[in-house]
Amino acid sequence: MAKRVAMIAVAQNAGTESKDNFYDQAYRVTKEVLDKAGMTRDDIQTIVSASSDVFHGGISCANSYYWETTGAFLKNASRQDGESLFALFYGAMRIMTGHYDTALVISLCKGSENPPLDTCTLMYSDPFYFRNVGLTETLAAALQMRLYMEKYRISEEQCAKVAVKNLRNALGNPYAHKKGRFTVEDVINSERIADPLTEMQCAPKSEGMVATILVSEEKAKKYTNKPVWIKGFGSSIDSYGIGDRELLNGQLRQAAKRAYKMAGIKNPLEDIDMAEVTEPYAFQELLWCEDLGFCRKGQGGKMIDSGMTEKNGEMPVNPSGGVLANNPYVSRGLQRAVEAFLQIRGEAGERQVEKKVKTALAHGVHGFAGQCHAVAILGR
Amino acid sequence: MTKEFRTVKTEIRLPYELAYGETWTRFFDGMQEKKIYGNTCPKCNRVLVPARAFCPRCFVDMDKWVEVSQEGTLIAWSYTNYKYYGMPTEPPFIGALIRLDGTDVNFLHLLGGIDLSNFEEVRKIVKNGMKLKAVWSDDRKAHIMDIKYFKPV
Repeated sequence: MAKRVAMIAVAQNAGTESKDNFYDQAYRVTKEVLDKAGMTRDDIQTIVSASSDVFHGGISCANSYYWETTGAFLKNASRQDGESLFALFYGAMRIMTGHYDTALVISLCKGSENPPLDTCTLMYSDPFYFRNVGLTETLAAALQMRLYMEKYRISEEQCAKVAVKNLRNALGNPYAHKKGRFTVEDVINSERIADPLTEMQCAPKSEGMVATILVSEEKAKKYTNKPVWIKGFGSSIDSYGIGDRELLNGQLRQAAKRAYKMAGIKNPLEDIDMAEVTEPYAFQELLWCEDLGFCRKGQGGKMIDSGMTEKNGEMPVNPSGGVLANNPYVSRGLQRAVEAFLQIRGEAGERQVEKKVKTALAHGVHGFAGQCHAVAILGR
Repeated sequence: MTKEFRTVKTEIRLPYELAYGETWTRFFDGMQEKKIYGNTCPKCNRVLVPARAFCPRCFVDMDKWVEVSQEGTLIAWSYTNYKYYGMPTEPPFIGALIRLDGTDVNFLHLLGGIDLSNFEEVRKIVKNGMKLKAVWSDDRKAHIMDIKYFKPV
């Protein structure tokens, strides 16, 4: 990259239902990230937020409502609607223009207050066709899972193991919404809501204000001796029509390729130390890991069996518990970057992986069955 | 759940009236006549269904309309057994991706015509690769649910 951009501080709130008002919760997280960076509101030059209009919040033009709480009024600010990892990219790009040295990136979502997730995701379906057939994010994922299991002989047990791992990892994450020690049988025997998906293989609906502060390379030294650099990012979008797509051959491979090229990653398994991926449905962690190049195509089941993606494995994936443990819908991608930041700095507390983390990957996804993927490479 | 703090219950109802446009209108008029229309891309020659104005891959106009087969192969399915607002029918139902014969993309619809009450029985019958056939409603409204479901042949 032409100009380097550093993440210097992060803040987030717990995913469980809180009594907080949206406005106050966003304010507290903004205040916390400024305090951690040693900044005041005046030090921030530009702000990029991520939130959903109406659906995941109940307010339209929600950004006009929350500009005060994010410290943005009287400043330059805009909102990314959709996956929040893009807000990180846009914040970095603003600094790369050379016109700004500091940016606040914040994603806002208070899931506990919202309708059930699929009430919202049914509205992503077009009203002419898909909505009338009942296409939700869950149905799309269930169809994708069926294809994945049959094509590559991935077992129900292997898919369930992702939920077992992530909910166990979440025991070390004070921000996680769902956590616990469960067995593969617990996961498989939970309510069969959209076979082959069972309830415990689907992410919950969580709260999450998630923030980070970005600074230019010139200013980074002033604020921190532990900058985390944004080394590369990439994204790619597939067709909207779920029937038009090859659901097992999506765009994550392309998004990762773009990010790896920018970051100079040649061999992801060697060059990346850990990953935080967005897996709203358990089996997707396996499929996404294949596309990220952590194992060969169709080998996601063997990968989870090998223990490679465990917290102390060769490639820890979602030591935070991932999205199955905490799903602040819009904020989930940026939260992956925040978790990766903490791992790189060695500040992830009980969820810190044993191996030294120099380079980490954060992944975000939105749309049905991974229509749109975003990948960020962060590092020391 | 009972909360120890005050909350406000709010609901947003927003009426919209969206244009089907020429292509969707013709496709849904076809539904009323028990016909499934697709069209062929002049560049990649793929038959896409439902019919559409342009090929998303080649980005050229789609002009050659074809009536496609009402039979096809089951590609993927999900036995959906939970309630959500706006669902097409009371649960359980089976959402299915179907490759209609002679077409090059999958068609999303429902699989029915069998007893859906017991999942264990359903999974003995429903298998990817099985042949399916459209079953039409008698009361058709130029709507995607003019096809009631696809049933095993």
